Amino acid sequence: MAAKNKQPVVITCAGPLNGVASGLLTWVDQRFPLMSNWRDHLAEYYAPKNFNFWYFFGSLAMFVLVLQIVTGIFLTMHYKPDASQAFASVEYIMRDVWGGWFIRYMHSTGASAFFICVYLHMLRGLMYGSYRKPRELIWIFGMLIYLCLMAEAFFGYLLPWGQMSYWGAQVIVNLFASVPFIGEDLSILIRGDYVVSDATLNRFFAFHVIAVPLVLIGLVAAHILALHEVGSNNPDGVEIKDKKDAAGHPLDGIPFHPYYTVKDTLGVVVFLIIFSIIMFFVPEGGGYFLEYNNFIPADPLKTPPHIAPVWYFTPFYSILRAAPPMFNSQFPGVVAMGVATLIFFLLPWLDRSPVNSIRYKGPLFRGAITIFVVVFLILGYLGTEPTNVWGQFGGWLGNADRATVVARVCTIVYFLFFLLMPWYSSIDKCKPVPERVTC
Amino acid sequence: MLNPSIFRVLRAATLAVALISVAHANEGMRLQTASVNAHDLVSLQNGAKLFVNYCLNCHAASYMRYNRLSDLGLNEQQIRDNLIFTGVKVGELMKVAMDGKDAKEWFGVPPPDLTVITRSRSSGAGSGTDWVYTYLKSFYRDDQRPTGWNNLLFENVGMPHVLWQLSGQQQLAVQEFKSEHDAHAALIAAKSAARLDAEVSMNGGKEERRYKLRTLQPGAGTLAPIEYDKQVTDLVNYMGYMAEPMRLERRQVGTYVLLLLGVLFVFAYALKKAFWKDVH
Repeated sequence: MAAKNKQPVVITCAGPLNGVASGLLTWVDQRFPLMSNWRDHLAEYYAPKNFNFWYFFGSLAMFVLVLQIVTGIFLTMHYKPDASQAFASVEYIMRDVWGGWFIRYMHSTGASAFFICVYLHMLRGLMYGSYRKPRELIWIFGMLIYLCLMAEAFFGYLLPWGQMSYWGAQVIVNLFASVPFIGEDLSILIRGDYVVSDATLNRFFAFHVIAVPLVLIGLVAAHILALHEVGSNNPDGVEIKDKKDAAGHPLDGIPFHPYYTVKDTLGVVVFLIIFSIIMFFVPEGGGYFLEYNNFIPADPLKTPPHIAPVWYFTPFYSILRAAPPMFNSQFPGVVAMGVATLIFFLLPWLDRSPVNSIRYKGPLFRGAITIFVVVFLILGYLGTEPTNVWGQFGGWLGNADRATVVARVCTIVYFLFFLLMPWYSSIDKCKPVPERVTC
Repeated sequence: MLNPSIFRVLRAATLAVALISVAHANEGMRLQTASVNAHDLVSLQNGAKLFVNYCLNCHAASYMRYNRLSDLGLNEQQIRDNLIFTGVKVGELMKVAMDGKDAKEWFGVPPPDLTVITRSRSSGAGSGTDWVYTYLKSFYRDDQRPTGWNNLLFENVGMPHVLWQLSGQQQLAVQEFKSEHDAHAALIAAKSAARLDAEVSMNGGKEERRYKLRTLQPGAGTLAPIEYDKQVTDLVNYMGYMAEPMRLERRQVGTYVLLLLGVLFVFAYALKKAFWKDVH
């Protein structure tokens, strides 16, 4: 709408300063698309009324993103990205900076919370077919966010400069060295040195505090714009835009604001209660959120006996270890790990089911998704442990590590879930889908 | 024929059970529990005294400031008079004068910084304070080592037993067992720190398993064993505090935050209910 044709903004509820506020809003609205955006994305964005528990995690992930950015800003005020000072500066934040421990624990707990929210958010998409036409692009933006998040977490984990920071980064960067032909040069390019060093710390700091967050915020905006273009899916997987009232609003839709703003506020409060229990009472999260070894300053001359990445990377780390090396190179494992992450991009085209939601999908798909979740969790657990955690099989199985064999089976199942999806999703016995959403 | 495959499954199952129990016997050393109380200021002050007297000569605590010890109910004058021996200012970090290169030559490795050592020694086996407590009770005389000391928990450690005058000189006692059950019974009955290891040897194509239990015989120190345990408890209590001086504060703040969130929850829930009553 051209600016001069715009209606003045009128605040209708009672209040002493309504006249002034209305005038100010009108002034802004004639120069900026304020009210149209407010309507498009909040007051008149119609969301299905049947969102359940699983639909909290999108807004929660966004909340954690804000939390990480705000706490991150305060951490950068005191942190020193310098190999000789980094570890001490983190302890300085924990001890001498007023409220420093509060900010740092919030940031370290927030990193894990971010991944918990995002994994549950992705599982939601998987269950209710939120990636399916016309929402393929939302899914792709979401996957790009996930990749960015992994990069962000990886770069950030080096910064405390503890033993796990250092050797974790060393191991991951060495993976790139296994790429044929360009690997060595590539890993030197990433590290800026022949080993993880001060140069690496400085560039990872730059990536962690500015480069990746910028991309992340842009992708989040794209994710939400794409969502608001096509509208939200729901647990029934039926299109609410197909049934509209006389005014053109979906019969099963309710305005995002105020309905979902108040509901998500409740979600944020419940989330904060759980978050606070961890952050204030068990900030190490049993060694999973803050690894015990990371309280030892990085020592390039002393390799820890057992190097494990933080829990949110461990399913993929397990897949990396499970793939057998070829020609003395870890490259097959690296490829397996890369494909395991990237294969999610293809979901919109792998799922050939006539229905969207797991509520109406048949036993094959339900079984497959259950097995997939179990396998993902087993791989995640195994990734945190050394490969001999479950001992060895007897001689008749070549004395193989049991955990490695289990990880290999799980890896195969992991890939079969995706590769067989076009087949089992199309022959599955689906239930009839209702016309409108159920409650 | 089904039989051979059933056999194989059975064999795998029994083997799995056997291997799991061996893995248990093989766990080496169980940590003793240090009964620390983070609220006990007397214990913490005594721990601080022991720390600056016995540890701070070789180990630094270079992220900890002396004046932070005011957390333990001490004022700056008391800290200056009783806990600072190097003449540094009360706001300084607990550094050590020993040169890293010298230390490496004398002990094989430079003594690690102890500020957050209890956090780094935490594991599934026990807390970091339990680890340090067990460690300080596991030293024994060993003439094979350059320092004359060895340790059950941290084998061939570079550090000598600094508290030996208090604890006396413990001697190693080794017992061998053929039965796993007997070995475990002896382990449980052991009165000192004890380490149990399983050794597998091949004897004429047959696997032979022996269990080696190592315990420590007490020596005569200036303190009775129970008194020594108390002193070590105070010391690790202090080290646990030093690793995270804000621990009590964080729990206290956490309690208030949770109470506040509880109130917020009531309002957020009521608000949601009120707005949603016309939906469905």
